[in-house]
Amino acid sequence: MASWAPTVLASDTLIDAKAVDYLIVGLYFAVVLGIGLMARRQVSDSVDFFLSGRSLPAWVTGLAFIAANLGAVEIMGMSASGAEFGLPTVHYFWVGAIPAMLFLGVVMMPFYYGSKVRSVPEFMYRRFGTGAHLVNSISFAVAQLLIAGINLYLLGTIIQALLGWPLLVALLVAAVVVLSYITLGGLSAAIYNEVLQFFVIVAALLPLTLIGLDRVGGWGGLTDRITEAAADNPETAPAAQQLNSWPGNALSGFDSDLLSVVGIVFGLGFVLSFGYWTTNFVEVQRAMATDSISSARKTPIIGAFPKMFVPFITILPGMIAAVLVSEIADTKAGEEVTGGAGGTVTYNDSLLYLMRDLLPNGLLGVAIAGLLAAFMAGMAANISAFNTVFSYDLWQRYAVKDRDDAYYLRIGRLATVGATVIAVGTAYLATNFSNIMDYLQTLFGFFNAPLFATFILGMFWKRMTATAGWVGLVSGTLSAVAVAFLSEDAFGSLSLGVIPVGGQGAAFLAAGAAFVVDIVLSVVVSLVTKPKPVEELKGLVYSETPREDLVDADEASYPWYRRTLPLAGVALAMVVVLNVLF
Amino acid sequence: MPTAPVRAPQRRHRAGALDIRNIIGGLLATYGVILTLMGLLGDPETDKTGGVNANLWAGLAMLVVGLVFVAWAALRPTYVPDGGAEDPADG
Repeated sequence: MASWAPTVLASDTLIDAKAVDYLIVGLYFAVVLGIGLMARRQVSDSVDFFLSGRSLPAWVTGLAFIAANLGAVEIMGMSASGAEFGLPTVHYFWVGAIPAMLFLGVVMMPFYYGSKVRSVPEFMYRRFGTGAHLVNSISFAVAQLLIAGINLYLLGTIIQALLGWPLLVALLVAAVVVLSYITLGGLSAAIYNEVLQFFVIVAALLPLTLIGLDRVGGWGGLTDRITEAAADNPETAPAAQQLNSWPGNALSGFDSDLLSVVGIVFGLGFVLSFGYWTTNFVEVQRAMATDSISSARKTPIIGAFPKMFVPFITILPGMIAAVLVSEIADTKAGEEVTGGAGGTVTYNDSLLYLMRDLLPNGLLGVAIAGLLAAFMAGMAANISAFNTVFSYDLWQRYAVKDRDDAYYLRIGRLATVGATVIAVGTAYLATNFSNIMDYLQTLFGFFNAPLFATFILGMFWKRMTATAGWVGLVSGTLSAVAVAFLSEDAFGSLSLGVIPVGGQGAAFLAAGAAFVVDIVLSVVVSLVTKPKPVEELKGLVYSETPREDLVDADEASYPWYRRTLPLAGVALAMVVVLNVLF
Repeated sequence: MPTAPVRAPQRRHRAGALDIRNIIGGLLATYGVILTLMGLLGDPETDKTGGVNANLWAGLAMLVVGLVFVAWAALRPTYVPDGGAEDPADG
């Protein structure tokens, strides 16, 4: 009996982990749980935790800001997209995330921080009242559940690949682990874990990328191999498109170069990314928790610097996997390959296969720890953001008002359990989708694109009314759904194909439509309804807020590298250079 | 706490083990030691890495980065005000 058992196990697992790898993974969990236990045990000493958190330099909050987003979706999705489309994937970072993060720090953060709201939906409540607040809180809560499910699904596939368990068992075990991680670690330890996680992920992915680059013969070798593979397979995007970020036709799905550039800049960059980074509570919460308006503004700006270089350790390994890993290369050539995390090899398996092929035991453990860290923290961030919004914004404001704090704490705990159960269901559904990014982008288009339009109009136009707030959000979201149905494949086989755009382009188009419809309807409705009295808009609208409330009085005395605007300028210049280079 | 330098009138002490830089540095340095040992004693598996002893080099790099974090925390400690009852068991 003993003779066949190991072989069966080995053939079932994607990665052959040894004792040393488990030791490294175990050490990570010991530290994470240790942080949680310390936070829990030393209630009297919690001042240490909260205050050292508050007195921590801005690099810590900046790293936590991007680490909260550096989850499963980002790492697996970006490497998958890198394997499939190549370099144009960098647009998610250099056109998408960075400009939006800088905009958040420079323009929008003073309103969030200055108005002293506890959550982004609460800002919505103060500015527009019940209607817009309900729409925003509910759509945010639902989106968090869906994304938590996708994070959980990816986490389950890693456990499956590592231990060879069936996916359903892996999902359930992963969910229980994350649940205890949230309840043990709590929110107080979240920022610590995120910063720690950032370094473990870099320690995991940087060696993988360097070894991979070395194996393919450097950047020159990689371009040669991609050119060769593209010439052999006319079905895939031509090599020139995979190796240059612009105009990115394969990524956007537009045939015309001009439309592709417009789609990427306006759809992905302006609407989707600004919507995501500037209104997503998971992200904004980190900056809101700092000690001063200056630190709050610098949080996303400092985060922008490491964020710029994340593509080199996520997209690049994907591109390397597409030429170095035979399973991924065959998949790209149009073959159906058995294996991977879900039975058939998909681009999402790129990183796992690359780890298997390149990393010796030891480094393999660090890589597994990094992936698990990212997925758990990503899901934990989604679920704890869901908690906050569910307990305070939905339950306390609308369902059961005026109870003591302990009651809402209990509701929050119940919501955590409920959210985890729903996430397991969502994760099971996610097994049917091959490229998760497509559906995620579609979702972001529905929820985030109209949000940004409503926020930015509401912050700068005092005439905008409460009715316009919810009308804009609802109509924007509906028009995104409509466009997605009319496109070729945004909803898979459900889409009708009336508008000849597929792939990411459909998501960009849906987001663009949501933005335009939201703005137009908000303006029209505002002109025929009654605006809020101006005295209620102080701190919420630019023209009604005293300038000194929007800036930090101390900041002028700091050296340039600690001031908001010069830092943002440097980041912007660097990202322009990166766009020109690639 | 061994030495609690009092420069401000308010009582305060070092964040010590709770300083995030010590946690990061400690974990990275431990990983560095494990990987370095793997690189020296274990099978370098050069068929995977393309000839490089990846464990050794990555291990040394992590050890250095980890020690830099610990050194940074030691040289520029974070101070937190004393709050409530202190737990002396915490190092």
